[in-house]
Amino acid sequence: MPSVKIPKHDTENDMTPFVDVAFLILAFFIMATKFKPPDAVEINPPSSVSSKELQQKDGIMVSMDKDGRTFFAMQVEKDPAPIQAVLQNMNTERNLGLTDGEIAEFIKDPVVGVPIAQLKQYMGLSEDQKKSFRMPGIPVEDSATNELYIWVRDAVSAFSGKKINYMIKGDNNAKYPNFKNVLSAFKRNEIFKFQLITAPEDVPVGTELYKVRRAGG
Amino acid sequence: MASLDTGGGDGGHKKSVGVKKAKKLSTRVDMTPMVDLGFLLITFFIFTSTMSTPTTLDLFMPKDTEKDEELNKAKESGALTILLAKDNNVYYYEGQLSVDDAGNNFKSTNFKGIRQVIIDKRRTTPEEDLVIVIKPNEEATYKNTVDILDEMTINQIKRFALVDILEVENELIKKTQESGE
Repeated sequence: MPSVKIPKHDTENDMTPFVDVAFLILAFFIMATKFKPPDAVEINPPSSVSSKELQQKDGIMVSMDKDGRTFFAMQVEKDPAPIQAVLQNMNTERNLGLTDGEIAEFIKDPVVGVPIAQLKQYMGLSEDQKKSFRMPGIPVEDSATNELYIWVRDAVSAFSGKKINYMIKGDNNAKYPNFKNVLSAFKRNEIFKFQLITAPEDVPVGTELYKVRRAGG
Repeated sequence: MASLDTGGGDGGHKKSVGVKKAKKLSTRVDMTPMVDLGFLLITFFIFTSTMSTPTTLDLFMPKDTEKDEELNKAKESGALTILLAKDNNVYYYEGQLSVDDAGNNFKSTNFKGIRQVIIDKRRTTPEEDLVIVIKPNEEATYKNTVDILDEMTINQIKRFALVDILEVENELIKKTQESGE
């Protein structure tokens, strides 16, 4: 009986294109990943429908964490002179006794999370000690001890007329009074325009904004 | 699995007899470990990369003014006051707060329900009269505040204000929360 010969197919596929694509994706992710330096405090910002991207420009960033601590940071596009000016000014004004080395150190990581009086002590800590040191945050509670006001004032004058962004980054669980205190520190400096840092979110379908966005393309 | 086959094809070109045939080493390299590693890296980068860059929500605050005549007067009929309290609770009232037995207009909702309230208010009120007053109390979180500001953007509310809460309102929230539990 003649048997039907089924042609034997090679079960081994050629995986070369597949591997090519895989490595292409790999290359893309390597390029696209930007490692950001670990933050001193972990902050999960809330989400909003705003589609404006955060600009990495000159600015002041105030962060609020979930425990009610407030941090002040300066962000420069390239020239770190304003940061240096602010700290040097603070140094002479308050007799902090910071060394040039400590100021240079600060420029690398310009985040203030301690009351001005403790700045010298904090700057004196070693890298490892800084990591384990829990920063108490800047006092913002009432107008008499509102140090954030001082930092903002000095930073604004150090940027001397440049266009700067005032960014506020708050944790989901930060309390409103803290936010209010931060706002009042800015308001006392005659600053009324803020950018709240948020995570992107989709516009709910059927709402007014949804119609506008769709109409606008 | 993926492999490179680079050699071996001798295209029918016969070697002459007597010449010793050199031992042919296979040029096929096993690429499996490389591909494994490749995928491992892909997974790693996919998980670590932050594809969504943070966005910013613009907020304009008014200047604090003591003078009464500089304050923006809101028409009572067009005002909607939203109060934010703890545990993501939202309370609201239209116009003036009246807590008398007759006209208790202090209502409770949540973040899902407040959108419908805003939409309804927007529909029933002339646009130039509509103003929303946002009053978070001390137990409201920053997320609540941003969410409600976002709700203003979503519903295209042109006039809204972030204002400190009044003691009366705070008391009322407390009372409502206690009775609700």
